[in-house]
Amino acid sequence: MKQTFELIVNGSRVRVETHPDTSLLHVLREELDLKGARFGCGIGLCGACFVRLDGQVVASCDTPIWSAEDKVVVTVEGLAPGDELHPVQRAFLDEQAAQCGYCISGIMVSAATLLEQNPDPDEQAVIEALDRNLCRCGVQRRAVRAVLAAGSAEVTE
Amino acid sequence: MTAEQQTYRLPDDLAANPVLSRWVTVHADGTIDVRVGKVELGQGILTALSQLAADELGIDLDRLRMVPANTRYGPDEGLTAGSLSLTRAGPSVRAACAQVRARFVAEAARRWGVGAEELTVRRGSIRAGDRVTSYGELAGAVDLDVPADPRVPPASGDGPVFVGTNSPRLDLPDKIAGRPRFIHDLRLPGQLFGRVLRPPSPGATLRGLDASRLEDLDVDVVRDGSFAGVVGPDEAEVMRAVATLGDTTVWDEHDGLPDEDDLPAFLRTGPHEDIEVVAGGPAPAGPSLRATYNRPFIAHASMAPSCGVARWNEDGTLSVWSHSQGIHNLRAAIALLLEMDEDRIEIEHAESAGCYGHNAADDAAFDAVLLARSVPGHPVHVQWSRPDELAWSPFGSAMSVDVAATVDESGAVRSWEYDVWSQGHTSRPGYAGVPGLLAGAYLDRPWRYPAPADPPLAAGAGSVRNAVPIYDLPHRRITGHRLLETPIRSSAVRSLGAFMNVFAIESFMNELALSAGIDPLTYRLMHLTDARGRKVLEAAAKAAGWGTPVAEGAGRGIGFARYKDKGAYCAVVADVEAEHDIRVRRLTIAVDVGLVVNPDGVRNQIEGGATQAASWTLKERVRFDRRRITSDTWETYPILRFSEAPEISVELVENPGTPSLGAGEAAQGPAAAAIANAVTAAVGVRVRDLPITTEAIVAAIESSED
Repeated sequence: MKQTFELIVNGSRVRVETHPDTSLLHVLREELDLKGARFGCGIGLCGACFVRLDGQVVASCDTPIWSAEDKVVVTVEGLAPGDELHPVQRAFLDEQAAQCGYCISGIMVSAATLLEQNPDPDEQAVIEALDRNLCRCGVQRRAVRAVLAAGSAEVTE
Repeated sequence: MTAEQQTYRLPDDLAANPVLSRWVTVHADGTIDVRVGKVELGQGILTALSQLAADELGIDLDRLRMVPANTRYGPDEGLTAGSLSLTRAGPSVRAACAQVRARFVAEAARRWGVGAEELTVRRGSIRAGDRVTSYGELAGAVDLDVPADPRVPPASGDGPVFVGTNSPRLDLPDKIAGRPRFIHDLRLPGQLFGRVLRPPSPGATLRGLDASRLEDLDVDVVRDGSFAGVVGPDEAEVMRAVATLGDTTVWDEHDGLPDEDDLPAFLRTGPHEDIEVVAGGPAPAGPSLRATYNRPFIAHASMAPSCGVARWNEDGTLSVWSHSQGIHNLRAAIALLLEMDEDRIEIEHAESAGCYGHNAADDAAFDAVLLARSVPGHPVHVQWSRPDELAWSPFGSAMSVDVAATVDESGAVRSWEYDVWSQGHTSRPGYAGVPGLLAGAYLDRPWRYPAPADPPLAAGAGSVRNAVPIYDLPHRRITGHRLLETPIRSSAVRSLGAFMNVFAIESFMNELALSAGIDPLTYRLMHLTDARGRKVLEAAAKAAGWGTPVAEGAGRGIGFARYKDKGAYCAVVADVEAEHDIRVRRLTIAVDVGLVVNPDGVRNQIEGGATQAASWTLKERVRFDRRRITSDTWETYPILRFSEAPEISVELVENPGTPSLGAGEAAQGPAAAAIANAVTAAVGVRVRDLPITTEAIVAAIESSED
């Protein structure tokens, strides 16, 4: 049975009509046409679908839409306003911290959330913040460098 | 003209696809489309090829668009595999672009009544003195529906502008912004979604399908033999439907898988095809050493589940979108399965997550073809589940190696005997004359697929890839034994047999060195005359501080190979710590890939290859019982995490006068051996069976104390 849910996604209030058990990831990708969060495993173990929900990094594949009602969702598309890039995204470009790029949306959401809480993290803090994200191409060290660079960039801005 | 004009041999891929319009389209606005048969797999190949193309055309990179490979419009360059994309496609793209440039120059020269040699091409402008025109202006006047002209030199002779620079990846701005880019994001008019209900085990057959509980859902059920799936407009509903269907479906299953805890016995019990790599003769007598090394099956474990899109058109033709490594082979395989004319199928490449070999891309495309048959005119988008991706993609074969050597009084090798047992390393579409697509074996009229094959020796081999050591060893005998019967589907995973063979050879070289009391680097150099190889080994050792002391509980090890005997040279020094568990702290790598088109691209491939190899070496093992594959989640098939990823430095040993050699697979074997050798240096015992887990090390220590 479909129901109506309201939530705030990347700053805009949206209404969707769907089954309450439908995943937040499905709503983002299919109802709202935000393709940045990606399906990887469906049970929250890989991080490809990570988004921020009321400030916390969550696996959107594993979050039923009923539990996101009235909450604030930020996806990779919403890390920076409009077409701008978040410092983390700019740093990922500068470091070319990707190969296939499938995992990096979730990694950048984790990283941006870390920087909100800890604007100039050390390497260990970055590694801990990204340890729930998997990457199969092997760009982990580039990603860590990028986040460290974004961290110091934010301090100097 | 007094002498006959010089002609040039066209590069192979251009000779096979000689019509220039297959490769290049020049638009009136001055932008240029370049089509290649190689596909983007996350390795950055289109960026590197765009650098070559822009230099030959004499245009800026932002005027050039790399168009997705397409069976109808683009050149057929076979597979994107084997670290051959730059080696094969590079010269052809270059020559095709030089041909196009020459035709535009000729047209301008004709208009101006001057000799072509008086013209220059820079940043898209074609000039002679004060006169200037451009690709865009001449686009309508130059016909590219012509074959390549062998009288045109394969390169313009202008110096490189983009080649040799760190051109940023063309695809990353989209991916970093989160814009739709992957096949998973593809949404076509009228598109529906499909999911396949895979059997619970490879040998299962479908007994009964009960769709009664789906009556309230807006889905169609498709069945053909033991192939079943669901199609509908709402992806979430389709996923619920296939889960419901799975709960009520009855399968006939039986035990048919080998004993996972004794894979060497499984691999060594034939029947086999013996592959005589080096025939050898009787070994001289003398002190000898022997050892056995094993590795389990490993999974591609790509971050994205495989995906395919297909549409049956009103005229009976078929359109397919796939992240296949070989869209032409896929097209032939679909045609064979459906008994239709290849020309009625068009396949376009679409990007997916990282591809490390023959994964389920082709299978997912065929799943989409089968499900789309029930809804003509509608594209059907099929995405696999994570469990299916981990359990049903072809695996990299388990392998088992025996190696024995006799040595002289100095410890130098006098003879070398090597046997490797393995399943074949390819079951790609079209292998052994069969379609090879997964669902084809489950249809009402099923295909029986033979055991996986191996690419021929001349094409780089499979089980015996890199089975011949690069060292100067006398009295060698090297034999492969490919298993001819198996219930497990194996195929190409990054570097095929080379990973295991290099791991075994380089582990054994270390054992020989330690047995002789000689430093492992010195021992290798003692047996190595290949100058490029020596340079790379020495570069890695120097960068890593080889010979400097390591901390208590730490160890340093080295591994080296030349991929496929004629590809890139790669040496890896691993620094590990073995306190409570094994941590690979640092991999110091030197590599010679010939001409470097994009230095950062090479570094990224080597870093990634070494990191992935560390994951295989330390963690990975496909698990199964006698019936089912059981490692079908990230918990049961764990891979390397951020906290476990080693620091990596890559030194490029320059060799610009030599052809480009691929970088994608060079690091796999050397990284594994370096880690294994470092572990031995740290803990004093050797683990010869992968993965090298903490438990395996504890077991090795315990058995050494027995």
